[in-house]
Amino acid sequence: MSASSAARAEICVVACAEAWRGDGEVLAAAMGTCSILGARLARLTFEPGLLTTDGGALLTAEPVALGAPAGAVEGWLPFREHLWLVQNGRRHVMMGASQIDRHGNTNISAIGDWARPKSQLLGARGAPGNTIADPTSYWIPRHSTRVFVPAVDMVSGVGFDRAAALGPRASRFHGLRRVVTDLAVLDFATPDGSMRLVSVHPGVDVERVVAATGFDLVVEGDVPQTRQPSDEELRLIREVLDPKCLRDREVRA
Amino acid sequence: MGVVMSIEEIVGSLDSGMTIGIGGWGSRRKPMALVRAICRSPLTDLTVVSYGGPDVGLLCAAGKVRRVIAPFVTLDSIALEPHFRAARQSGAVEFTEYDEGMFMFGLLAGAHRLPFLPTRAGLGSDVMRVNPGLRTVRSPYEDGEELVAVPALTTDAALVHLDLADTRGNGRYLGPDPYLDDLFVKAAGRAYLSCERMVEPGELGGPPQTLLVSRMHVTGVVETPDGGHFTERGSGRERDEAFQRHYAASAADPEAWAAFAGRFLSGDEAAYQEAVRRWHEQDGDRDHGRGEAR
Repeated sequence: MSASSAARAEICVVACAEAWRGDGEVLAAAMGTCSILGARLARLTFEPGLLTTDGGALLTAEPVALGAPAGAVEGWLPFREHLWLVQNGRRHVMMGASQIDRHGNTNISAIGDWARPKSQLLGARGAPGNTIADPTSYWIPRHSTRVFVPAVDMVSGVGFDRAAALGPRASRFHGLRRVVTDLAVLDFATPDGSMRLVSVHPGVDVERVVAATGFDLVVEGDVPQTRQPSDEELRLIREVLDPKCLRDREVRA
Repeated sequence: MGVVMSIEEIVGSLDSGMTIGIGGWGSRRKPMALVRAICRSPLTDLTVVSYGGPDVGLLCAAGKVRRVIAPFVTLDSIALEPHFRAARQSGAVEFTEYDEGMFMFGLLAGAHRLPFLPTRAGLGSDVMRVNPGLRTVRSPYEDGEELVAVPALTTDAALVHLDLADTRGNGRYLGPDPYLDDLFVKAAGRAYLSCERMVEPGELGGPPQTLLVSRMHVTGVVETPDGGHFTERGSGRERDEAFQRHYAASAADPEAWAAFAGRFLSGDEAAYQEAVRRWHEQDGDRDHGRGEAR
């Protein structure tokens, strides 16, 4: 098993895991297969202080395989406690988004006119609170101009421009960290909080990412490749965390 | 103190135009037997307050809902609730869309007789745009921070479903998550509790912190075996995923929905349970190949 044989989904899992690097002892709240795997992988490797769940109300003593029972438990996090933890802030969440714009405003509520939507989606869920109170990253399994849009139809998750407009006091806990997609890693490390291309996944060129993005992406110089998983990371993904290869249902090889 | 009532007596005590809080979360521990009974009642014009799941979907499909107040409506393992989507997309229901933390603060305010509670959640988001009635409040202390003032989410009646209850209306949950059921009950003018199994007072057992709902808040209690079906319950009864898939697939098509409603929703709760049992015997496992034993 060599690193060069890593599938795209495995690249994505590791790129998601990297979102939590340096976070220490916080809840890694994850939505979506690669994001959940990334949180558990980060905890098993370079970020052992992270707390992870069984996908439900239990904080597991050790990271468990996707969909597996919690096993030994080290804490209890029913929805009410999870909602309080959002306010408390010891949490870095990686959410999904149906639409995202260049400042990181995201929509999971509805497509079209909110009053009479063309497509009703989930509803705002925890996106407003997550983004205004906790570090937030995104995992988007299909990088396309349908998702990366000039303006989202409803701001469920708050982007940098909206946060800035609230002023420094109200926005002091806002912070978008990174966006991981099936093609690339992006962040907002620009003077005005515009989205920047950080790296492209192996086999993906910059032009493809730009073409799949419906707004002007900040591209600075030579864009590096997203790092390859190590042999140990691949073993953990394949044998420990996702032996049923559920990741391949989310990201095609 | 709660009195033991029938499903029909509970639903018969509700009025059209009421605001009804429904406990549970998504497709988890929903008082589905009571919801099904509302669907076949003459009630209409309801405002439904819920961490929404198939409760909201079924009530929308039955034309019982004027307004939904919710942070989301989902079937969990199936992300989007087809009936709620259809109702929103056709303009059949009004929608008050909150962040899920805001929603909890609204319940907390309602449960504690406060007009509002402040939270950061919602600031900067379009939740403020689509709810023009929402106000902010400035901290009176030197920080001067501006926060969302979430108005109390009080209701005329709450419906919650627990794994166990006694005949007085004390209720116990057996799963890992109480959801917000105690807040729904306290924020309501009156509350009705359905349970998978009813016991005599003093026989609820278990660690005392699992006694989630107190008789002091409960008007009526009813035993509804499998009444949470098809949602997940904590008493070792998993969500009936095969049936939920059948529900969602049927809901996506008018003809299929008419057949579903005719087969499962045209009779009382006992008829529903019998129809589900037959479906699993006859169609469920064969059609889906993944039908869970119930």
